Amino acid sequence: MTSDKSKLGFYLLLSPLILWLMTLIVLPHVGMFFVSISEKVGVRQYETGLGNYAVFFNEPLYWNTFARTAYMSIAATFLTLLIGFPIAYYIAKLTKGRTKTTLFLMCLIPFWVSELVRTFGWMILLRETGVVSSFLQYLGLVDGPIEFLYNDAAIMTGLVYTSMLFMVVPLVTTLDSLDDSLIEAGYDLGGNGYTILREIIIPHAMPGIVSGCIVVFMLSLGNYLTPILLGGKDSLWFTGLIYSQFITRFNWELGSAFGFLLLGLSSLIVFVGLKLSRQSLTETMGR
Amino acid sequence: MSEIADLECRELSKSFLDFQAVKEVSFSVPKGTFFSILGPSGCGKTTLLRMIAGFQEPTSGDLLIKNKSVLNVAPNKRPVSMVFQHLALFPMMNIAANVGFGLRQRGVDKREIESRVETVLERVGLPGVGKRSINQLSGGQKQRVAIARCMVLEPDVLLLDEPLGALDLKLREHMKIELKKLQAEFNTTFVYITHDQSEALVMSDQIAVMNHGVFEQIGTARELYYQPNTAFVAGFVGEANKYDAKVTSKNGEALKLVTKDGAELSGIDAIGGLDNGDSAQVFVRPEAIKISRKQTDIDGMNNTHSGEIENILFNGANSQLLLRDNSNGAQINITMPQTGEFRDLAKGDTVYFGWEAGQTRCYASDKAS
Repeated sequence: MTSDKSKLGFYLLLSPLILWLMTLIVLPHVGMFFVSISEKVGVRQYETGLGNYAVFFNEPLYWNTFARTAYMSIAATFLTLLIGFPIAYYIAKLTKGRTKTTLFLMCLIPFWVSELVRTFGWMILLRETGVVSSFLQYLGLVDGPIEFLYNDAAIMTGLVYTSMLFMVVPLVTTLDSLDDSLIEAGYDLGGNGYTILREIIIPHAMPGIVSGCIVVFMLSLGNYLTPILLGGKDSLWFTGLIYSQFITRFNWELGSAFGFLLLGLSSLIVFVGLKLSRQSLTETMGR
Repeated sequence: MSEIADLECRELSKSFLDFQAVKEVSFSVPKGTFFSILGPSGCGKTTLLRMIAGFQEPTSGDLLIKNKSVLNVAPNKRPVSMVFQHLALFPMMNIAANVGFGLRQRGVDKREIESRVETVLERVGLPGVGKRSINQLSGGQKQRVAIARCMVLEPDVLLLDEPLGALDLKLREHMKIELKKLQAEFNTTFVYITHDQSEALVMSDQIAVMNHGVFEQIGTARELYYQPNTAFVAGFVGEANKYDAKVTSKNGEALKLVTKDGAELSGIDAIGGLDNGDSAQVFVRPEAIKISRKQTDIDGMNNTHSGEIENILFNGANSQLLLRDNSNGAQINITMPQTGEFRDLAKGDTVYFGWEAGQTRCYASDKAS
């Protein structure tokens, strides 16, 4: 009796989550999957087949963009990690009390503004008539205006900036849990800064590194605004291709297929990343 | 000491902003000594140890290891190793990797590391555990791994920062003996800090009692116990009944005193310098007091009193009686003799008790303690 009742309560509590997952995630994906495997053969005539996927593999522009999106995202993730780790280490280990809270908040403050506004902010800085270009001219370092926008470096800057917080937060959390005496013990036993980083700090921070990397990678891969605004027409970001298939070309079938390919790609890279770092998803995300 | 001391501190001081944690401490530790620094928490002993390890820089003074100043030597280059309070074993490595960490840093050949790690693990009584993870060990085993991790580097001095604090009582008792054995086995100088006097008394060759950043006394366990040099040592090491009293007469070392409650005491001037009219602190060990049911048994002792038993704190061999002195109402603590004669004592009984003047150590009380 009681177990039945508690079971009912359990399912009732679970139902919002299940509803949310079903209606907003599973159902649209199932729908998209069916759209992606239907080929248009005539006006309002469809056949089931993998033709849309074949289009992707037969058109170099598509899979080049696909690969480019993947490696740019991976590069952005590593860059974020490289910049974020010292910041997180500084916040977690070298500051205390109010300074720590303040620094942590300062990482958070940019996120009070919408991503769109932040990206426009970067455009104001980097465009031909922007702050950086004018400043360099003022200093006399360059003769004419320089366009910093619409190249890979601009995209990379935007991506790293956008995702920094998502790297710093998990890193600070894991580094915080590292007992200072472990670092001291490392020095006491003759270690130097580099060996302690490699043998003690990084292995300890691994779950945080991996979870931060997963989040940053997913965010970069699925980012639309930053690459389009900072990279311009030629940004060649895969989400841009999906957008144009759905909105510009009204080719929902191909767009859906692209969507699934992107899903597959991100899952694959995360899986490989977990295997390489010998971490499990439950371990890194359960923290 | 004709031999060169393994560790020597010369007027070592450490000040923080407005607080002097360690004040001009000087001592030297000969080779192979088990040296303990005993003191209440906040007395500066951890600061002192961290200065020896190199994690904190002394404000002034000098620190020598094997007669060489190590003040400008970084902690990773000093020939000292430290066993941390919570051991600080690396959870991301197995036991062999933990023990071999220091050797790897020195660039020792891989094969040699393996054999030296196995040898040291055997010496601490844990052969063949190298492949296991840290979490598979019991508290006492972790302790031994932590010591092995330091000893494999053959340091001149091993520092131990209250490593037994986290263990339960039984294991702590066991580890005391174990640590002493390990020290004898490695014949390395141990500097051990603790607030637990029984740890210090049982294990050490030399003990320094520290309070408010200074060494009150350095000596063997016996010296500290039977001939404490200061009121603080007398009160801190071992149990003691303490009285505040005034000196009424003086004859060489022998003193007559009157306590605040008006009881008369005969005692000795422990370190000299007490004069008529001085206020003094008087310490009497509970086990130095003889009790009896008959007054005649304690006749002839310098201090004789009678009192009513207020409480019996039964603790096996360490049982104690809490008495209220009939004449002046002072409370006094007496160790219950274990001869069986007093087995049937009960609350409310009146007993006679007394002790010799030689067991009544008096110290000038103007000294802060």
